[in-house]
Amino acid sequence: MLSILLNSNTGWVLLSTMTLGIAAGTIGCMAYWKRQNLMSDALSHAALPGVVIAFLLIGEKNLLILIIGAAISALIGAFLIQWITTASRISEDSAMGMVLAIFYGFGIMLLTIANRSAGGNQSGLDGFIYGQAAAMVRTDVITMLVLALIVVFIVFIGFKEWKLYLFDGQFAKGIGLSLKGMNTLYTAVLVTTIVIGIQAVGVILMAAMLIIPAVSARYWTQSFKVMILLSAIFGGLAGATGTLISALGSGLPTGPFIVVVGAGFFVISLVLGKEKGILINYLQFKLHQKAQQSNAQTLKQEG
Amino acid sequence: MATPILQVENLSASYRKNTVLHDINFEVNAGSLTGIVGPNGAGKSTLLKTILNLHPSLTGSVKFFGLPFIKAKKRIGYVPQRGSVDWDFPTDALDVVTMGLYGQIGWLRRPSRLHKERAYEALDKMGMADYANRQISQLSGGQQQRVFLARALVQDADFYFMDEPLAGVDAATERAIMTILKELKAIGKTVMVVHHDLQTVEDYFDHVLLLNRTVIKHGRTEQIFTRENIANTYGGNMRWMGEEKRHAVHSIE
Amino acid sequence: MTYTAWIILTAALVGLSCGVIGVFLILRKTAMMADAISHTVLLGIVIAYIITREVSGTAMLIGGILAGVFTAFLVQWLHSLRVQHDAAMGIVFTTLFAIGVILIATSVGNAHLDVQHALMGEITFIPFHMITLPIIGAIPEATALLLLVLAVILFFIIAFYKEWKITSFDPALAASLGIPVILMHYLFMGLVSVTTVASFDAVGAIMVVAMLITPAASAYLWTDKLSFMLVLSGSFGVVSAVAGYYIAAWIDTSISGSMAFATGLVFMISFIFSPKHGLISRRVRPAETM
Repeated sequence: MLSILLNSNTGWVLLSTMTLGIAAGTIGCMAYWKRQNLMSDALSHAALPGVVIAFLLIGEKNLLILIIGAAISALIGAFLIQWITTASRISEDSAMGMVLAIFYGFGIMLLTIANRSAGGNQSGLDGFIYGQAAAMVRTDVITMLVLALIVVFIVFIGFKEWKLYLFDGQFAKGIGLSLKGMNTLYTAVLVTTIVIGIQAVGVILMAAMLIIPAVSARYWTQSFKVMILLSAIFGGLAGATGTLISALGSGLPTGPFIVVVGAGFFVISLVLGKEKGILINYLQFKLHQKAQQSNAQTLKQEG
Repeated sequence: MATPILQVENLSASYRKNTVLHDINFEVNAGSLTGIVGPNGAGKSTLLKTILNLHPSLTGSVKFFGLPFIKAKKRIGYVPQRGSVDWDFPTDALDVVTMGLYGQIGWLRRPSRLHKERAYEALDKMGMADYANRQISQLSGGQQQRVFLARALVQDADFYFMDEPLAGVDAATERAIMTILKELKAIGKTVMVVHHDLQTVEDYFDHVLLLNRTVIKHGRTEQIFTRENIANTYGGNMRWMGEEKRHAVHSIE
Repeated sequence: MTYTAWIILTAALVGLSCGVIGVFLILRKTAMMADAISHTVLLGIVIAYIITREVSGTAMLIGGILAGVFTAFLVQWLHSLRVQHDAAMGIVFTTLFAIGVILIATSVGNAHLDVQHALMGEITFIPFHMITLPIIGAIPEATALLLLVLAVILFFIIAFYKEWKITSFDPALAASLGIPVILMHYLFMGLVSVTTVASFDAVGAIMVVAMLITPAASAYLWTDKLSFMLVLSGSFGVVSAVAGYYIAAWIDTSISGSMAFATGLVFMISFIFSPKHGLISRRVRPAETM
């Protein structure tokens, strides 16, 4: 284990997946309360064409440029989902499914062309689909770290505004918070988190990084602040542990291991969690039932 | 006359940690038209759903015609709240009413001409014959409610449960629905209706069930729909407007 | 038949099956379940392969169906425990998909089962795996499977037409009439899984989502009649599939990607020009109903 950590590149990768986990865990809580869990899935898929177009334009794999391309593409996807939902009878989940699959299909079309023309296979563009944290170089890691820290920072400084916005948007508006501004900021933060994560875990599994830690954290607390903290910890731990496991063997994919570790946290939370965990719930139900029954008995005896 | 066809004993139900209903006991006689009345959050809809097995009960038993729900299913009609379905569904009014007959038509068979005629008759009864082929999203709220009621009529059940059929409908629809409810009662059917408008209770229902998490009072309207009982049901959050019959109740949500 | 004809026929079959089944995905408000199931089907296929050690259509079909129904079951179960419905989907499908990818990386290592193939599909390979059937003669295995699946889907849709209609529109009423709503739900999820598995070879896990959702969503903008919506959606599926093939041939790129892209074109046209619910008609007579 120590030798893995000493291997300098693995150390960097570990740092980046952990930071990513923390950022995704934090933003995941917001998506959770906006009830837009699967939006992250749609947007991560929608980022693919942007990645490829950015690559085709500059002809080399520069992470920052690819991330910008991904972000633009994902934002267009988000806009389309919004537009289709409001301007027609199509429901939001249908719109998400369509944007997800059509953008992805378009991305694959472009990727095929890129691979044919520019030797994109070697460029590691495929890594964007499945996620290959191990292939990241030091500059990639720094780009990721900076962006992830910015995201966490934005959440941190505006904490009470976020809370208002998520729990009671109308009230927030009443006291002078711009809903439009908050919506834009939220989308920007969400998209940034998604696109920096794609390199490490891939477009398909990126959604899990946002959803799983947040839902798991919900089982332990009623406080929004604690929920975000816990979610960030779960995310960071999953990121680090998953990366370590995948580093044990050669050619093991990083993303899937991170997700499975995260799912482990979820199962534990689901069963043992002190808020609405299965165990607690079962005990509570039994207690209720007993109380009702004894209540009825005393009533009968009295009557 | 006094044969109870619905017996509810010691029923209770909860949403998560909160017990919404407890110690519910009452009996309903055949041929009665009962309004279920109570403040917001009193558990009116939950009561219907729990009786009809659509929401799990914690304790207690419910018997229809002396039988458990499963065996009496075919004799029971349920009209859910209008908002419980998506009115953008690609179908027309006649088709929705025909759905009430699907249980009788049985598996692997299509609705026959006869079924369609029965559905059309029910629509006609609700004054909706002209809209039979209208797409359901193009109907007004009141018209949608009438379609729902026509669908219940066509089921030809003995016992009807309706969840706020008069909420948010126009005056004409309200009159049409009440005429039908009274007709149902006249031919010996039994109806229970969740109702929100205290002013009309005395005109519409011969029985009232006052509910606030448990049955406060249940019986003939003229006997139990008194100022005192209503005050007990709604707690302190009310004030009277005008004298005697003309009153409105404001409950704090 | 020629090589190209087989490919076009296969693509059209994918479009038709997905288009028909997709209508109920839209109407039951479970469009994203298509996304979830298409991913977890991968796990079913991998496990079927690990058990049988061969790439056989039947084993894959069974594995895929089981995985799909299992996904639906897990999502339903988590939802019954008050996990938000879409969060439940997100957790279940990413986890099962991740397990599938890990299994492939660690214990399969077989050229026939790489993730890339499963995700993208490779319709150009389909005419290379011919089998001989009585009466029909030589036919690609994937095409034969799709024909069978289409027959199964059509049978279930037509035989239980009114039950699908009522359970989609008003499940509470259906339940009170004695129609087994839950059973119908899982049967439907089974049908979605079957369609997905059969379409896998041709279009892969993600583009099948486009084939399932988009033609149905487009048809939903054109008509208010369920039977016509089914016909229209099936036709849109076929048109997109065939158009996708020609687009791909024209600019020399991924066929499955182009098929997904073509469904997008069909939707765009519907979204703008549909006389009932299109953008233009809304502009012309805004909010005529209520």
